[in-house]
Amino acid sequence: MESTINCRENGSLFDVSHMCGLSLKGKDCVSFLEKLVVADVAGLAPGTGSLTVFTNEKGGAIDDSVITKVTDDHIYLVVNAGCRDKDLAHIEEHMKAFKAKGGDVSWHIYDERSLLALQGPLAGSTLQYLTKEDLSKLYFGEFRIIDINGAKCFLTRTGYTGEDGFEISVPSENAVDLAKAILEKSEGKVRLTGLGARDSLRLEAGLCLYGNDMEQHITPVEAGLTWAIGKRRRAEGGFLGAEVILKQIADGPAIRRVGLFSSGPPARSHSEIQNENGENIGEVTSGGFSPCLKKNIGMGYVKSGLHKPGTKLKIVIRGKTYEGSVTKMPFVATKYYKPT
Amino acid sequence: MASRLWASKAASYLKINTSFNRGFASVVKDLKYAESHEWVKVSGNSATVGITDHAQDHLGDVVYVELPEVGTAVTQGNSFGAVESVKATSDINSPVSGKVVEVNEELTSSPGLVNGSPYENGWIIKVEISDTNEVSSLMDSEQYSKFCEEEDNH
Repeated sequence: MESTINCRENGSLFDVSHMCGLSLKGKDCVSFLEKLVVADVAGLAPGTGSLTVFTNEKGGAIDDSVITKVTDDHIYLVVNAGCRDKDLAHIEEHMKAFKAKGGDVSWHIYDERSLLALQGPLAGSTLQYLTKEDLSKLYFGEFRIIDINGAKCFLTRTGYTGEDGFEISVPSENAVDLAKAILEKSEGKVRLTGLGARDSLRLEAGLCLYGNDMEQHITPVEAGLTWAIGKRRRAEGGFLGAEVILKQIADGPAIRRVGLFSSGPPARSHSEIQNENGENIGEVTSGGFSPCLKKNIGMGYVKSGLHKPGTKLKIVIRGKTYEGSVTKMPFVATKYYKPT
Repeated sequence: MASRLWASKAASYLKINTSFNRGFASVVKDLKYAESHEWVKVSGNSATVGITDHAQDHLGDVVYVELPEVGTAVTQGNSFGAVESVKATSDINSPVSGKVVEVNEELTSSPGLVNGSPYENGWIIKVEISDTNEVSSLMDSEQYSKFCEEEDNH
């Protein structure tokens, strides 16, 4: 609990090297990636990025990923560790077909790099000690390839906690030195933090965990990520499962991801959600005790119409029923570094 | 638990001292212990049950204790409730068989008592024992300390 709170008050350093960073290069890399994701990649300015979703033919999510357009012929992206094999196979299969038709795209998977996430209010001031770049000019979602602590790093102002912060891809031989330097420059206020606290933090920030809150059969519209589907993409389609997704945007999805408060024990994933009459209306996909709010929070899917904040519901945990309600997310206000 | 193992591994890699040493979880001499990390204090045919210091330390901050109702029958080795921490949910098994005669209502508003005072104010239920012979199958404090040490070294 304390590590979660320290991240919001000071800062946390996470080793997230299990996640898989890769680059797509070539003059057609943007049009190639647009076949696989819902984002308007062409519309991104060089050096900026976005959260996006890889979709399948049915419009379901294969993975969520943060993508960055480095230049018009270079995309950098990070995919989930648990989805690595599946994602890479998916990209490779489509890349082969794309190249066979004469498309210019190739990839590089950064197995020689480590990934550190520095998050929290002290992230910016701490990292500034270790680089000559002016970090006050690097805003949320932006990307630079810069020298940090003497090593060539890929720096993205992003994260998975709702706080301001960075994800730093660093050559593995420099990773330990960089981690030590960050901890030292923060005078011990930024602490090494485990993935348990990371899960509490992302849940408080209302962010999805792939495998829990998003799966193969869940579309980005149902997951509440319609905002990540670029305007041009909504008009043109051209990504896998576009027919299903565009129809859902027009008609509204049958189920929706919502935030939950509940009494009793924290509701864990797969707990049944019922309406006030005890009828099944959905399922919890993530849940736990919020160290910051000191109460149970969760997210799950409910039938459309019952998704409005304030809707009363019941959650079944180990055979007993507890009171709950739909609430807005994020649970804890996000503090992304944006231009004012 | 995985997160803590990860953190200690990373910390040792970074040569940072950690206070994760598990060798010093306390035990109380006159209590009996189950392999699932509950303790029981027996006097005649009445028993008080809680979870051990070792158990609370591994679970981390307890946020909810699911208590049984008074009058519920419990059997040795079977679950009668659950402890929820920030990290995980863990069943609580009864070290003895019998009937629940009292539950610690304090835990409803202050589940943290299980962390702060596992052997005293953080007790969970009191049981009227139906078979006092069962107690002999439990470990004493010395055996339990050794048991924890071995489990942590795995």
